[in-house]
Amino acid sequence: MGEALLSITNLNKRFETAGGHVQALHNVDLQVQQGEFITVIGPSGCGKSTLLRIVAGLDSGYTGNVTLEGSEIGGPGIDKGFIFQEHRLFPWLTVEKNIASDLSLKDKEVRQKVDELIELVKLKGFEKSYPRELSGGMAQRVAIARALLRSPKILLLDEPFGALDAFTRAHMQSVLLDIWRTNKTTMIFVTHDIDEAVFLGNRVVILEPRPGKIRQIVPIDLPYPRKKTTSSFQELRLRVLNQFEKVDELELTDGAGI
Amino acid sequence: MSNRTAAVHAARGPGKAATLGLALLLPGSVLILWQTLGHYGIISEMLFPTPYTIGESFWNLAVSGDLWVNLRISAARALSGFVLGGGLGLLLGLLVGLFRRSEKLLDPSLQMIRMIPSLAVVPLFILWFGIGEESKVLLIAKGAFFPLYINTFVGIRSVDNKLFEVTRVLGYSRLKQISRLVLPAALPNVVLGVRLSLGLSWLGLVVAELIASSSGIGYMMSDARQFADTPVVFVGILVFAVAGLLSDTVVRLIERRLLRWKDNFQG
Repeated sequence: MGEALLSITNLNKRFETAGGHVQALHNVDLQVQQGEFITVIGPSGCGKSTLLRIVAGLDSGYTGNVTLEGSEIGGPGIDKGFIFQEHRLFPWLTVEKNIASDLSLKDKEVRQKVDELIELVKLKGFEKSYPRELSGGMAQRVAIARALLRSPKILLLDEPFGALDAFTRAHMQSVLLDIWRTNKTTMIFVTHDIDEAVFLGNRVVILEPRPGKIRQIVPIDLPYPRKKTTSSFQELRLRVLNQFEKVDELELTDGAGI
Repeated sequence: MSNRTAAVHAARGPGKAATLGLALLLPGSVLILWQTLGHYGIISEMLFPTPYTIGESFWNLAVSGDLWVNLRISAARALSGFVLGGGLGLLLGLLVGLFRRSEKLLDPSLQMIRMIPSLAVVPLFILWFGIGEESKVLLIAKGAFFPLYINTFVGIRSVDNKLFEVTRVLGYSRLKQISRLVLPAALPNVVLGVRLSLGLSWLGLVVAELIASSSGIGYMMSDARQFADTPVVFVGILVFAVAGLLSDTVVRLIERRLLRWKDNFQG
């Protein structure tokens, strides 16, 4: 393996609260290679969103090193695409204008890329629709296209399909995998759904809470497209699930100590 | 094809004619009752001239041209007061909404001025500017200023922080954050401010013209009052109501066009 695209070393993050401080992340180390699909999974409060927001440059005030292509994360920017749990489209812009956002559709190059992306996220025919006219899954695909237009070095997804129903979610997962295989964009995908994590990732990063730290990284050596019903998939799923139960036990003993 | 769509519309709910009928039901009945009572002398013709007499008086004023001359003068006053006051309100609302420092500098003083009733400054305005156009336009402007100022300010400050985060992730410059996020997001409030300001401009106009003037619809009314010409007073009221409604309708049409994207409860 060559130099990692994203390198996180000895990352610590504390939140100051009224009753003292909360250790959100503790000694997190993670190397992400170019073109990798990393899924991050953990119970709520394990700091998985915080980790993602630090990489995006949205949260600061941490200690340790986070570098993208060797340079420190300064702040948010278009080299780090971010997909929120809600689509967060601009309600006053049509689909195509949302994707373009601050770029002009009159620019031929932008126009062409937007059209390609609308094709890629399967939204042909909805270019002129407003966000209120879209379903949750469609709106989230617009948000993904908006991030991809900027050709980010890395795409960060914070439980993007969390609010979608099971069918839409399965569909979105395969759309995202299509995008990944077409564009070879490096992805970090945060979720609390074990199936989703195993289905999508090259590696599943399991976080445990209080303080948030990496419990284990499980490589998923299954070829794409994966089938959730195969025994090898179920085996890996169980492996991840087992780790989870250990996390749960930890939580229980924590609780018993109070 | 058009027959079919018409049928679909009819099936979906009351048609346009029915809706209009519903809106006219109450004022229509009142008019008929009024005319009947006046006709049989049950209510005083002096205080409540019948709708027919009012209509006659309207016709006379319209034919002689008095009505149009006065209406044009009044409309010009209302409009210039609105443009001056509303424009300043929008400008200062933007300034105070966008920059915390200007909020600290300007907002307390402006709120203080807001609390002074328009009628209280009339004597001062007359002393300063006389009873000419300036005092009237300024009085209207004072009324039109605040709805636009406050609503613009509120609109800017209620921009969703989550969308702000999106603009940071998308690498918007500070200028683009204002032009591409803050302004469009504040637009519904600004339009509401425009509607309220326009309404207050007409109200301010009446106050200004009733106090001291020698032309305009308000003057026409106070003149008629002195000669106990009640029908003309009613005509004046009617003209104000229609003018106010018309200007509000224009703004609402613009609003519908500008805020097509909004997803709200439609009643």
